[in-house]
Amino acid sequence: MSEPCLKVDDLRVTFDVGHGRKLQAVAGVSFDIKPGQTLGLVGESGSGKSTTGLAALRLIPPTSGSVRLAGTELTRLRRRELRGMRRRMQMVFQDPYSSLNPSMTIGQLLEEPLVVHTKLSKDERRTAVERMLDSVGLSAQFAARYPHEFSGGQRQRIAIARAMMVRPDLIVLDEPVSALDVSTQSQILNLLTRIQAESGTAFLFIAHDLAVVRLMSPTVAVMYLGEIVEQGPSERVYDEPAHPYSAALISAVPFPDPDRRRSDDRLILGGDLPSPLNPPSGCRFRTRCPFAMDICATEAPPPVPIEGGGIASCHLHAHGPKLGGRSLRPFLADHGAIGHS
Amino acid sequence: MSENILEIRDLVVQFPSPHGHLTVVDHVSLDVGRNEIVCVVGESGSGKSMTMQAAVGLVQAKGGRVRSGSVRFDGRELVGLSTRQLNRIRGNEIGFIFQEPMASLNPAYTVGEQIAEVVRRHRGASHKEAWRRAVTMLDRVGIASPASRAEDYPHQFSGGMRQRVMMAIALACNPKLLIADEPTTALDVTIQARMLELLKELQRDMNMSVLFITHDLGVVAEIADRVVVMYGAQAVEAAPVAELFRTPRHPYTSGLLEAMPQVALARGQPPVAIPGAVAQSYAWPKGCRFNPRCGFTVPGTCTTEPIELLSHGPALVRCARTEAVQPALLHLSAERKAPAA
Repeated sequence: MSEPCLKVDDLRVTFDVGHGRKLQAVAGVSFDIKPGQTLGLVGESGSGKSTTGLAALRLIPPTSGSVRLAGTELTRLRRRELRGMRRRMQMVFQDPYSSLNPSMTIGQLLEEPLVVHTKLSKDERRTAVERMLDSVGLSAQFAARYPHEFSGGQRQRIAIARAMMVRPDLIVLDEPVSALDVSTQSQILNLLTRIQAESGTAFLFIAHDLAVVRLMSPTVAVMYLGEIVEQGPSERVYDEPAHPYSAALISAVPFPDPDRRRSDDRLILGGDLPSPLNPPSGCRFRTRCPFAMDICATEAPPPVPIEGGGIASCHLHAHGPKLGGRSLRPFLADHGAIGHS
Repeated sequence: MSENILEIRDLVVQFPSPHGHLTVVDHVSLDVGRNEIVCVVGESGSGKSMTMQAAVGLVQAKGGRVRSGSVRFDGRELVGLSTRQLNRIRGNEIGFIFQEPMASLNPAYTVGEQIAEVVRRHRGASHKEAWRRAVTMLDRVGIASPASRAEDYPHQFSGGMRQRVMMAIALACNPKLLIADEPTTALDVTIQARMLELLKELQRDMNMSVLFITHDLGVVAEIADRVVVMYGAQAVEAAPVAELFRTPRHPYTSGLLEAMPQVALARGQPPVAIPGAVAQSYAWPKGCRFNPRCGFTVPGTCTTEPIELLSHGPALVRCARTEAVQPALLHLSAERKAPAA
């Protein structure tokens, strides 16, 4: 077994929001990503998935926990030491309209990371820029042009090219295709797949679109209110979810086929996401869970290993129906279509 | 009483720009039958929102104008009506919900006041009656403790609940037609699922017609009776929902389906992107507007003269090569069906 590219242990991020109130955006998250692999991080707004990505790169300071990039603990590095590590971890943001400096040419944008992180000569840098433009499917002539001259999809190619310039070990991609039109987003998804195959870069792929995450990630982690409630091989998690939140999330996605309308087999959640300033006691999902039991209000559920791989944190596995690490599907079928709105 | 509640004929909408007058809606025709849900689907810049806004006289305020065409609502012509005349219909016989509920609600008034105002204005109800109606409507859209929640301000509601408040305002006067412009796009997927169920339920109970604008074919499959696909300011295909998904007749419709991550997952293959970028109003391609991105383009046939929207079986299609491309599109449809079975 090779050493993980990224290993995150019990990561916590707490924001001080004034008047002595603390907002725990990330509440003890652990995962690892092998070199050249992709972990999908999926969740709804307010789940803490973006904050997890930023804290993993130390773009915001983690409150506690450990983040190791290829064995180096990032949380204790001093600023100067951290700068050396920056070359090895890059980020691509959602909005290619605000993440590229409009006053720099594409050439300058791609060259900048090389100026900061390498000792390459001007000619070498120019060659590297041209080669990279070519590998993301853009003409070398674009180097002299400015971001506003490009479509959303092309800008996202430029943002990916810029992240790849320094051949990082890891790229955190935060909703990289959600600002793009459907007809062009798969161009970017296919580009990312190819780049990963060629370069062996590991991806932390953060998105709210479950289908996109499954397409890109052999393993997936599902976040709810600052915690990972379930993770494991994507096939197992999507087809045989073991946590009620994962099951609800997956069943909520409309399928593009009118013969398969989901109304009948959908697990509908009541209520809204609770405030992260005052999360529910015990299991954080219990206020919206159709199967909540007494124990859910008092004890936080520990992670349980699940048949077919991965873990889920839910009391149903040890109490009540005692699923014991099995899929939730047969249990859901017994309870019929569960709906309350 | 005419069969259709809304009949749009050859609507042309233009906006002034540095490039001259841009045609953002180009001879669009569409019908919404009584008790029917019609979805208009398209990507950014396709003209789907503009069509709807022009139909009810909302583009003038933005500097646009209806150049020609007719919009008949419940037997009355809307084009040419004064703002005062339109105001008697809008919010009364035609209800609206938009993508961003916070931008449509007034933060300085309680939600009860905002619903009651509509009822007073259009129905001449007393303050007391209008308030009662507001509480009834909040209950109808699934807001718990409606009597006390009516006293709350918009910021005290979550995004999903605000969209329900918008729905309560839109439906307070029992409209004959509800126009919904991407009403679930800003919502999380579990909240969207609930909103779509609610919309279907209210549509049935209140005997109204719905014109639903979206970019998401998954949502279309979930709720539509009939679908109009727009590209480059034109309707390129219109068909009953099952027909559209089973046998798309326009290469763009088929391409949109093929580009969907869910379809790629069902087949176990990478998503097939449509090459190039979405056509722009300042440079519509000659001939078929989709021709630069289409795999079936024949120079001359597709690239010189404007293509007409013609009837093919149960569908309307704007393609110069419908007969020729049909076998290939049918083959793709059959493949899409196979893995799902």
